[in-house]
Amino acid sequence: MNAKKPKRKQPLPAPSEWTFELIDAYHTEIDRVAKAYGLDTYPNQIEVITSEQMMDAYSSVGMPVNYHHWSFGKSFLQTEKSYRRGQMGLAYEIVINSNPCISYLMEENTMTMQALVIAHAAYGHNSFFKGNYLFRQWTNADAIVDYLLFARNFLAECEQRYGEEEVELLLDSCHALMNVGVDRYKRPGKLSLTKELTRQRERAEYLQSQVNDLWRTVPVSKSKSQAVEERRFPPEPQENLLYFIEKNAPLLEPWQREVVRIVRKVGQYFFPQRQTQVMNEGWATFWHYTLLNTLYDEGLIADSFMMEFLHSHTNVVYQPNYNDPWYRGLNPYALGFAMWTDIRRICENPTEEDRQWFPDIAGSNWLETFDFAMRNFKDESFIAQFLSPKVMRDFRLFAILDNDKEAKLKVSAIHDEAGFRKVREILSDNYNLGSREPNLQVWNVDLRGDRSLTLRHQAYQRRPLSGDHEQVLKHVGRLWGFKVKLETAHEDGSVSLLQEWQPPAPVKDKVAA
Amino acid sequence: MVRIIDRRFDSKNKSAVNRQRFMRRFKSQIREAVADAIAGRSIKDLDNGESVSIPSKDLSEPQFHHGRGGIWENVYTGNDQFSSGDQINRPQGGAGSGSGKGKASKDGEGEDDFVFNLSREEFLDVFFDDLALPNLVKTQLARIHEFKSQRAGFTNDGNPSNINVVRSLRGALGRRLALASPYSGKLRECQRKLEALLETRPEDDPEVLELREEIRILRAKIDAIPFIDTFDLRYNNRTKVPKPTTQAVMFCLMDVSGSMDEGKKATAKRFFMLLYLFLTRTYEHIEVVFIRHHTVAKEVNEEDFFHSRESGGTVVSSVLEMMRDILHERYLGGAWNIYGAQASDGDNWENDSPHCRTLLSESILPYLQYFAYIEITPGEPQNLWREYEKLVGAHPNFAMQHIEGLPDIYPVFRELFKKKLP
Repeated sequence: MNAKKPKRKQPLPAPSEWTFELIDAYHTEIDRVAKAYGLDTYPNQIEVITSEQMMDAYSSVGMPVNYHHWSFGKSFLQTEKSYRRGQMGLAYEIVINSNPCISYLMEENTMTMQALVIAHAAYGHNSFFKGNYLFRQWTNADAIVDYLLFARNFLAECEQRYGEEEVELLLDSCHALMNVGVDRYKRPGKLSLTKELTRQRERAEYLQSQVNDLWRTVPVSKSKSQAVEERRFPPEPQENLLYFIEKNAPLLEPWQREVVRIVRKVGQYFFPQRQTQVMNEGWATFWHYTLLNTLYDEGLIADSFMMEFLHSHTNVVYQPNYNDPWYRGLNPYALGFAMWTDIRRICENPTEEDRQWFPDIAGSNWLETFDFAMRNFKDESFIAQFLSPKVMRDFRLFAILDNDKEAKLKVSAIHDEAGFRKVREILSDNYNLGSREPNLQVWNVDLRGDRSLTLRHQAYQRRPLSGDHEQVLKHVGRLWGFKVKLETAHEDGSVSLLQEWQPPAPVKDKVAA
Repeated sequence: MVRIIDRRFDSKNKSAVNRQRFMRRFKSQIREAVADAIAGRSIKDLDNGESVSIPSKDLSEPQFHHGRGGIWENVYTGNDQFSSGDQINRPQGGAGSGSGKGKASKDGEGEDDFVFNLSREEFLDVFFDDLALPNLVKTQLARIHEFKSQRAGFTNDGNPSNINVVRSLRGALGRRLALASPYSGKLRECQRKLEALLETRPEDDPEVLELREEIRILRAKIDAIPFIDTFDLRYNNRTKVPKPTTQAVMFCLMDVSGSMDEGKKATAKRFFMLLYLFLTRTYEHIEVVFIRHHTVAKEVNEEDFFHSRESGGTVVSSVLEMMRDILHERYLGGAWNIYGAQASDGDNWENDSPHCRTLLSESILPYLQYFAYIEITPGEPQNLWREYEKLVGAHPNFAMQHIEGLPDIYPVFRELFKKKLP
């Protein structure tokens, strides 16, 4: 492809109004350069949409199809409000981890922005989705759109059959547990529309029979039962609450289990996104910057285009300082972009410090190193591995220890020789989902007693649960159908009961009937 | 290899369903907001949407999160003054200091109420939710009871009064031309021959005579073609198109005697406003007739109706008589849906009340879709109320309610116009 196209001296036209022909022309050039850098992507599908459609997409968590739920309506209203007031620009782009990879371009964007979005989403994010191990392992780009279609139709059918109210309550409960409804260590099966459809009924029937079996009451003589050692269920604590409920909640109907499963699958699908923010955004930002600069160097892009592009790019990677009023934590775009740029620098122009810190990659081929880093890391490990002293110095990073038993905060490390490793370790831990989100486990089910479900919060660094847990536990109770308990296991080994919730009586009548 | 798709024109409003779900879920809060809005606004504002605010705790989607407390170690940017081991005071939640923000951002900006705007339609939908005018079902079913005749081209038959003269004569002319054309061709030929012959032959030449005879016959034949024939006739065609009755007239009757103070008038005004709004939803075109009265009734404009001051005694029958007269004069004949709403403090000249009842039941109620009487008085019902009570059973389209103050309006309104199942 490269050979066929003679290099044009004339820059591509850069009017502010875009046209389909121009998008195609820019895309062709970007594609050529991206291929030259060895970016491996899913085929691209670029869709032009209006700002209203962008808000639609936004509020249904960025997916082209999704089931209906009031919370999406709420987030649409929120987005719409702040957009109309001008508080917030809409995201320039939404990109969907699917095959083909769908990127949305907004109608209102200028030609420059469209080109930026194509480079950022259709090549940056796209190649990340295809290459990164988390996405490869946890998501199935070929089937996600089909699966969501299946989910929406299934839920619509449930609404027809059991009433919108009923389905909505169930979805509310499932959404409350979405974050604790993912497998962190096991690989989920591939999603496929046909498989889902054919197996759904089988599974429903099978599951129901299993559950009933679980609760079968075998008459045992009294003296013997005392002797029997209390059987634990589950035998080992389980981290995936939704999975546990789907498989074991005694009172759920088969269709309800399927709904739990759908929410769980969707939650699982977004699990990698939550763990690769810095890497993914940084990667995409690095590539839009690099691709467009390469085109500029070839003389294909006009100066006016470049000025506008740089303006947007600078906004994206702006990092306010801790004492700025608009400080909202580390900007993942800024940190990610700085890290990837720095890795390239380390490969191409290593300093003495770099050789000491990164003997493996200093002076190596930067494209190979990039490919390796992109494929095999997530935020936590990426930072632990690649955050260099130079980036820490540039950002003037410092760590603060906030211990609620101390009267004062303590600066635990700063960007100096003594602190580099400490800062990096803390930052890496900040991106560790395990410490960022509370650790909850299904601890026990009282099989022979009141069938109560016990959840255990393993406190880390004495961090308590937020007040929300009272509501969430009610949702757990609604799904479980019997008493639920929430306890906290402290780091000193003691366990305290945090909350107990008994579902209202009608549920019990249902059991009797 | 790349697909560029223009999606701008398909499936707009994808999240309309989600929006409806949202509205349904927070119906009670939205209703409250709407009720508040109505209590505090004038009729013109009611035509707009309303911004509804819902306490954000009501619509939070709870999740397991970390709360405040325990040990946190976070990384911040832009160190300008700290070195390792420094002790700093906890910031008091103000801007300008980084520490603690990590937790704050987790809590989000969730303390504010969630505010969003209802469109006018949604606003009214909520407002009129499960309300309907009495007999509305009936009215709607029977809505199309009048036909409008509309032109639909021309036909070959019809009654004489519908003959379209121009079309008919145009047809006749064409027919005459067509039928005469073979003769007139010959005629012209004969005449030409005749003229040629006459130049050489005398007048009584047999050939000339023959030609003249032929010409005479041809002329006679042409003249024999009828000027107009039955199949030339064209009639205007008219078809009947059902005409929806989309107009209503609303009579607002109000007592402005001395005993009606400003407060009572304001209450009455709200009531009329709501009725009017309701009617605008059902009918395309609404006329409002304002009649106020003390001892005599007077038809006035809206401004005077609500704002001018009057005083004196009360003769309610005066207003009913006037309503009856206007009704018979302008609004009979089936084209109007007629509604009446009367507000009074119930204080009437004692001997007049029975007369009012007769007036209503005999010459007003039979023509009305609905008549609502509200008595605005803090105390016991007055004599008018007792007379009107006798009407309630006999006339399903008559309703009365007792209102004490502004806050009672909304429930009373609902009560008056609540859906009556057939």
